[in-house]
This record gives sequence, structure tokens and C-alpha cells, in this order.
Amino acid sequence: MTARTLYDKIWDDHVVHQAEDGTCLLYIDRHLVHEVTSPQAFEGLRMTGRKVRAPEKTIAVPDHNVPTTLDRAKGIENEESRIQVDALDKNARDFGVHYYPVSDVRQGIVHIVGPEQGWTLPGMTVVCGDSHTATHGAFGSLAHGIGTSEVEHVLATQTLIQQKSKNMKVEITGKLPHGVTAKDITMTVIGKTGTAGGTGYVIEYCGEAIRDLSMEGRMTVCNMAIEGGARAGLIAPDEKTFEYCMGRPHAPKGAQWEAALAYWKTLFSDEDAHFDKVITIRAEDIAPAVTWGTSPEDVLPITATVPAPTDFKGGKVEAVQRALDYMGLTPGMKLTDIEIDTVFIGSCTNGRIEDLRAAAAILKGKKIKDGMRAMIVPGSGLVRAQAEEEGLADIFKEAGFEWRLAGCSMCLAMNPDQLSEGERCAATSNRNFEGRQGYKGRTHLVSPAMAAAAAVTGKLTDVREMM
Amino acid sequence: MEKFDKLSGIAAPMPLVNIDTDMIIPKVFLKTIKRSGLGANLFDEMRFDRKGNEIADFVLNKPAYREAQILVAGDNFGCGSSREHAPWALADFGIKAIVSTSFADIFFNNCFKNGILPIVLPQEAVDVLMQDAEKGANARMDVDLEAQTVTTSDGEVFHFEVDSFKKHCLMNGLDDIGLTMEKAASIDSYEAKAATSRPWV
Ligand code: SF4
Repeated sequence: MTARTLYDKIWDDHVVHQAEDGTCLLYIDRHLVHEVTSPQAFEGLRMTGRKVRAPEKTIAVPDHNVPTTLDRAKGIENEESRIQVDALDKNARDFGVHYYPVSDVRQGIVHIVGPEQGWTLPGMTVVCGDSHTATHGAFGSLAHGIGTSEVEHVLATQTLIQQKSKNMKVEITGKLPHGVTAKDITMTVIGKTGTAGGTGYVIEYCGEAIRDLSMEGRMTVCNMAIEGGARAGLIAPDEKTFEYCMGRPHAPKGAQWEAALAYWKTLFSDEDAHFDKVITIRAEDIAPAVTWGTSPEDVLPITATVPAPTDFKGGKVEAVQRALDYMGLTPGMKLTDIEIDTVFIGSCTNGRIEDLRAAAAILKGKKIKDGMRAMIVPGSGLVRAQAEEEGLADIFKEAGFEWRLAGCSMCLAMNPDQLSEGERCAATSNRNFEGRQGYKGRTHLVSPAMAAAAAVTGKLTDVREMM
Repeated sequence: MEKFDKLSGIAAPMPLVNIDTDMIIPKVFLKTIKRSGLGANLFDEMRFDRKGNEIADFVLNKPAYREAQILVAGDNFGCGSSREHAPWALADFGIKAIVSTSFADIFFNNCFKNGILPIVLPQEAVDVLMQDAEKGANARMDVDLEAQTVTTSDGEVFHFEVDSFKKHCLMNGLDDIGLTMEKAASIDSYEAKAATSRPWV
């Protein structure tokens, strides 16, 4: 048999039907559902009298709209948000899919809940009506976002019509320097490839620095594969992956576990497998990263200065001018001189326990800058519970952070957590688009440790100086 | 779904690169549980000020482009979220085709499910079409899906590639789900096989 990549192997094992032109019907093992992109899909099923083909493989959880304030049991004030969450409630029950309602301690951001509950396992195909489904690729599962029409298609048929993507390898060699994290890796890669650099590809991340990452860190890396334009990001499963999965509520047990393990161990790219594009970055060249503009590709090391439009070519010149105006920055200014009003730690990129530990390590015994608005929104109710048990919550509260309930929150500001006009935020989320965190709000993407550092100093800060 | 065959319409120029889904339809409008009515808020933050007044120099507010059915856009159009609200808003506004050098993957797929044709052409061709679009309402651009061509108001023709299956579905207004359900037997047998090879799934 010819040498295959990890992507090729997962793909081959899920082809239900292949048409003459190469279009495939791909079987979907796990379908994750949230309240924003699913109502029209369930409505479509009702209108056509169709059922959910595999409700036991469908998992629903509200996350985007839910309030994260401590009083959320009293209900959702915004009428439209409430209608969406209520619609998910009803749809989950009517169609009999697995469901974690707002009141359940396991509720949280869909991409955090999936792995946490053992729904996401190596070698699976995982989809969700959400672009950050790429997160699940950290387990060596083929995971990507789909639109609402496709959500309906998967609900009805448990398959997806797909064309195969090309293979890209992103290798991070060597060891990460002190103070540099998974977030800095993934942002640096996007800075290098651009937001369209991965279009048409599935990326496999590999190399010593990736191997060295925890599962949490690997999820952070894969999470932002979509920001590089890729269909999905993948990391071959290894002992760390298996250990993470073992004992999770929906992971296999006993003989099934052994069988699964034997299969999972075949999931790697063969030595001479062909990649259509290869990018290699030395870990030692990666520094704590920060975005200065309004596209995730607008990335620089924290030690750099704000660039000028003339540093760029083509259509990007105008885009950079627009970004600088929007962000209120002048070329040549040091990134560490940028003052911050708000800090947001959370999201499916950096809302896991390890992220909270990294932030707590910086915040321990410190206070946030006077006037700073700072919040930590754990990715799930269970992450929140664990952080409380480990004493992290006390560190955050003593430092002056708000300690919230689980949800997407200020990552996309669909709930009341929003930036006001001109407000500048250091955020651990994944998108710095115009208006992403609130109308005319300004976002700088950073790692959790960098966000914590900025909360203390009031400026974008090289966290290595605080370690 | 509406069939797509031939289109002769006004093209609006949007040379900005990386036009993302948050620009196309800001998230405050995602709270609907319907598909319709989003056109009123297409490009909302670029089109209207905070008081809801039109921003005069935004292209789709200019008299020449209010009836535009085609967009000619900068690289990487539609990047960001998977929200299908973006093509729903475009379709509801009346946009039927978008020309760019590249599109974000999920957005590209979503277009086809909503009767919108995304057309990928090389930079030189997009430059010519952009110039043609700048001419305003008197310059109508022609799109012929069958022949896979875009023609400028001056008669210059560009050929584009399109996936044959997607083309077939778009031209015939076919619903993917119905087509896939015809393959139910293949899905059944796949599931039966997987139940023994990967029983833990
Ligand atoms: S945390 Fe942000 S990026 Fe992640 S699913 Fe929620 S809104 Fe999307």
C-alpha cells in the first residue's frame, strides 16, 4: 500500500460512497451542536418530516448566548438570545440528542465539552456548525466547521458531501523557550502563512515542540488552524492523547478500550507520505506573540513595533491602513507601549484548566492595574470547578478579576459581555476582527500568561519579564 | 433552492482583502432562528452609522450599486466564522455571484447551498473585473454558469473553473439532503461495517 498521511488514513476509513468526479460522502462519527447555527437546521428537518439519523452521535450544548454572570439561573434577559437557547432546549428534547443544558455543571463551550466528556476520540470525524471545530484535531480526529445547511445534512444523514483537501505539514522543531506557549506557536504560524495560507489544506502539526505540548496546548494549536484558512488541523495521537481519553465518561472501556487503542496506534503519517506543502519553524525562534491589527495574520512578537502600511504589498496596504485607524495605532510605536483597558481570559482557544493555571502563575499575589476591567470565563462548568478546587479562583478574585460561569462570553460578545467603542482588550480568544468583541472594540490576541501580565501592568507586556 | 443559470447584473467593487463574516453580517444579527430577512443588515457596520443612517460612501449605498447582484472583492472573501447567516444575508440582499481571487473554505461551500455562485479567478482577471465594476450601473456584467464564463460590459470574457457536482446542483436547484438520502443503502452498510471495525464509536 502506498504511504499515507494521517489525514489520508482517517479519510479512507470514513468514505461511504465516492462519485466519479471524486466527491465523497463521508461518514460523521460525532456531531456537536450549539444554539446559534442549529435552529434553522432543525426547522428544516421538521418542514421535511425528517428525523435525526443518529441521535446517539449528536451532542448539543448552548454556549454562545448564555450569560456568564453568577446570577444566570434567573434566566436570559435578551429576548432573542433566550429564544435561541430555548429553541435548542426544545430541539434537543424533540429529536432525542445528548444535551447539556445551562443548568448542568458539564455545560460549557462546545469544543471544550466534547473532549472533556470523551466524545472526541482519535481517528473520528467530528463536525459542528462552528469554525473552531478544528480544536478537536488535537486528538488526531478529522474535525471541521460546517454551515447550517450542512448541519441539517449531517442531522438527516450522518454524512457530509466532501472533496478531499490537500495535505500540509507544519513542523515545529526543537524546544519552546521559557514563557512561550501553544498560543504563541499557533499565532506565529498564522503570521507566517497568512489567513489564506491554509486554504484548501488540512494541516498536520508535528515536531518536537508539538509533541511536548499537553493535550490542552495541542487543542489551542489546532483551534486556530481555521484562522490560517485550513479546513482542519491535526496532531497524531500518542500516549498523552490516550491518557487524556482514558476514563472519560464516553470513552470506551474494557475490551473496547483495548480494541480502540490498537486502532489508534495506527494513526500517524507514514514515513514517506506525501505532503503538498511543508512549513518548518524553529521553536527557539518563537516569542510571545500579539496581534496589532484586525486580522489574525497581523501578528508580531511582543518585542516588535507597530508596522506601517508601506511595509506591505497589494490589497493589504489599504487593509493595514484601515486596521491601524480602527485600532488607533501609529506605525513605529512599541507594542509594549500599548495601553489596555480590559482583559479577557477564556474561549475555546484558551479556556481550559492549563490556561487558567498559566494565568494564575502570573497573577499570584498581584493586583490588576487600577481601573482595569478583567474577567476570566472558564470554558466549562467542570473547568470552573477544578480551578476552584486548585485554589486558582481565589488567586483570580484576589487579583481583582471577575470569576465567571462557563460560556463563549466576550470571545464574540453575543451575550452582554462586550467592549464599548474604542475600548482596548487583551484577549486570549482567536479573532481580532473589527467589532468582534463589541462595536468598535479593539482586540489584541495573546496567550493567557500574556493577558494576565497585561492586566497587572495595564499595557501589553512581555510576560518573560514577569517570570 | 433557486436555480442558477445565467445572470446579467450590476457588479459592485469591494477591493478590500480579508472581508470576514463579522463584516458581512455582524453577530448581533445571528440571534434569529429564521433564514430570511438578513439582507437589511448585510455589511451593517460598514453600511450604517450607529443611529441607523446610511453611510453615503459605502459602495452598496451609492445609487449606482443599490441593485447590485454581483460583488467583485479582494482576496480571501468570507473568512472567519462558519455562520451561514453570511450567505443568507447576501442572498437576501440580492447578491447572486461573487468574484475574488480566493474564498474561505466554509463560506465557499455555504454559498452553493444558498444559490450563490462564488467565482475564483486569477488576480489579473479580478483586476479587470474590478475596473469594470467601478463603472457603475450602466456596466452590466454577465455570468454564464453553463459555459463557466464571466463577461465584462466591454465584452471581455473570462473562463472560470467550478466543481462539476456543485455546478450540477446549482444549475438544477437540487437539495443535497434529498440526493444523499438516495444513498441510504450505502450509509446502512457503512454503519454495519463500522459497528464491527470500530465498535466504540
Ligand atoms: S469561544 Fe469563541 S471561537 Fe470558541 S466557539 Fe465560542 S464564540 Fe466561537
